[in-house]
Amino acid sequence: MGRYVARRLLQMIPVFLGSTLLVFAMMYALPGDPVRALAGEQAVDPTQIAEMKKELGLDLPLWHQYWNYLVNLFQGDFGTQIASGRPVADIISEAFPITVRLALFAFIFTVVVGISMGVFAGLKADTLRDRGLLVLTLLLISVPSFVLGFLGQYFFAFQLGWVDPNVSMEANADELILPAVVLGSLSLAYVARLTRTSVAENLRSDYMRTAVAKGLPRRRIIGVHLMRNSMIPVVTFLGTDLGALLGGAVVTEGIFNVKGVGSAVFDALRHREGATVVGIVTLIVIVYLVASLVVDLLYAVLDPRIRYA
Amino acid sequence: MTIIDKTADVPAPRGSNDESGPLLEVRDLHVEFHTRDGVAKAVNGVNYSVSAGETLAVLGESGSGKSVTAQAIMGILDMPPGHIPKGEILFRGQDMLKMSNEERRQIRGQKIAMIFQDALSSLNPVLSVGYQLGEMFRVHQGLSKKEAKAKSIALMDRVRIPAAKERVNDYPHQFSGGMRQRIMIAMALALEPDLIIADEPTTALDVTVQAQVMDLLAELQRDFNMGLILITHDLGVVADVADKIAVMYAGRIVETAPVHEIYKRPAHPYTKGLLESIPRLDQKGQELYAIKGLPPNLLHVPSGCAFNPRCTMAQDICRTEIPALRPVTEQDGTELVGRGSACHFWKETIHG
Ligand SMILES: Nc1ncnc2c1ncn2[C@@H]1O[C@H](COP(=O)(O)OP(=O)(O)O)[C@@H](O)[C@H]1O
Ligand code: SF4
Ligand SMILES: [Mg+2]
Repeated sequence: MGRYVARRLLQMIPVFLGSTLLVFAMMYALPGDPVRALAGEQAVDPTQIAEMKKELGLDLPLWHQYWNYLVNLFQGDFGTQIASGRPVADIISEAFPITVRLALFAFIFTVVVGISMGVFAGLKADTLRDRGLLVLTLLLISVPSFVLGFLGQYFFAFQLGWVDPNVSMEANADELILPAVVLGSLSLAYVARLTRTSVAENLRSDYMRTAVAKGLPRRRIIGVHLMRNSMIPVVTFLGTDLGALLGGAVVTEGIFNVKGVGSAVFDALRHREGATVVGIVTLIVIVYLVASLVVDLLYAVLDPRIRYA
Repeated sequence: MTIIDKTADVPAPRGSNDESGPLLEVRDLHVEFHTRDGVAKAVNGVNYSVSAGETLAVLGESGSGKSVTAQAIMGILDMPPGHIPKGEILFRGQDMLKMSNEERRQIRGQKIAMIFQDALSSLNPVLSVGYQLGEMFRVHQGLSKKEAKAKSIALMDRVRIPAAKERVNDYPHQFSGGMRQRIMIAMALALEPDLIIADEPTTALDVTVQAQVMDLLAELQRDFNMGLILITHDLGVVADVADKIAVMYAGRIVETAPVHEIYKRPAHPYTKGLLESIPRLDQKGQELYAIKGLPPNLLHVPSGCAFNPRCTMAQDICRTEIPALRPVTEQDGTELVGRGSACHFWKETIHG
């Protein structure tokens, strides 16, 4: 097990390098540069710009810039924003917790509601409530999340006035509920369907018949024997989903005006702040990798037939 | 061979003191499955009984309704699509079909236990065998985790699983097929039930292991003075273990008899066919007899005797009248205890 974890952690290094390089190259390829963006509409002396770029190391070839970035990163320096002069680390530590909170809320919503709905339908497969779930999830899967976001905003904020359409700077927990529901709804549909299928399938299994023949109470048959087995594929999905939620948060934040990673990335993109974009994307990638490792380990706990060596 | 087993107490004889009747009696049981293609009549009026300490072997080709009858007794039929339109299942004189779900649950595992054919799929793959055994004690007797574990180890010892103490936390997939079936047996035995139903307990095992598991089951049944319903399609297994035999065909009992008599003198053409299709050492090299034709489609059971399309003795009456299970007698009319046959021509079959 220890060796497996070590190997998985080592595998993260090339993934980390690859993803940073990719984002770095994309930023490099985009037209425009931070210095010109800084100047805005004003006409500036080209020699002055060239000078500034040289100072910032932006005149160097891609590989060299990337190398400098990595060297700084390993010294704990995420770089500095050119326009605002603020350290990128500050931007990240401000925006990240908000996004993580939003994603976590969405995750909890997905897990609790999705699994409950899936179990509810799966226990009575091919009945009315099962078909109802199928239709509902199909709807959630086919409607894009920004449409759902605007709909939610329209009804709950503008029509009913239950919430503010925009989330404040502090992004309090109660303000994040609606964005979290919108963000989690797609995953919710998948989790509900996966749980439903898994429960319905395991219900028919021989060991469930044995559990009944043992005279166990229904609560125990469902809660212990059925759930332990049915959750195995769901947990696997949830692991990869945590990363997807972080990524999806970027879009949802735009709709509800949440000052999280999404708006930080948007701003940075607009100003061509390469270091900021790379730093945030890299962090998301790392969270994703760690989450999937945790899930794989959890998988082995849930299913003793899986052995990692 | 002597095995000194300190954990086993001398069992008190059961079933003898309270009611004098049989432990379990199935009366005119019918089970149907309502499927998309129609109604499959899996069980069409089964009657059999078992007393304490007695072994009833239920025999028949696959699809004849042996398992469905057992599931109806255990109360583990899939309902729907399953449906019991008619019949009684008396346990110690009480009809279980009229009991509440909770009453039936109290019987399952504690009074009547079941051993399934495929132990690998019938044990929960993600729970340790110790947990699955201990569950019986924790749920039904309220024992603590620790006490339950100690009991599980004792049980595993009792069914002679080597190194029980070390293996109690292992999972089903870590055991061999024979050992897994022993765990199934241990689980059924846990609360010392009055009756065990073993549904083809050795079919999934290697031939060499089959005999060991069968012997173990027979030994435990004697030691605990339990009733045993042994479902099998293998006539060879039955001779040493069973007291009496019920042969099933298309959801009916077509012949009943004490075990040794049936081998000597079958009273139903179907039983006769089954016996002739057992490979025998003294007929080595000869072509093995097989009953011709296929088991009937349960959606359209043939009219009259269900066996008539395959029977060499069939006459016109066989296609129109369902033969009832009638007592079988000697040629001079003396009663043969426990014998019955559902054939219009049982006399010709047994005496002819
Ligand atoms: N859950 C079910 N749904 C529909 N039909 C079933 C079901 N279980 C059993 N049957 C029907 O009952 C028949 C008898 O099955 P079974 O009792 O398992 O036979 P066996 O004698 O081999 O144990 C099968 O051929 C099948 O058609
Ligand atoms: S009743 Fe007729 S068809 Fe049925 S077993 Fe007897 S002889 Fe054969
Ligand atoms: Mg069967």
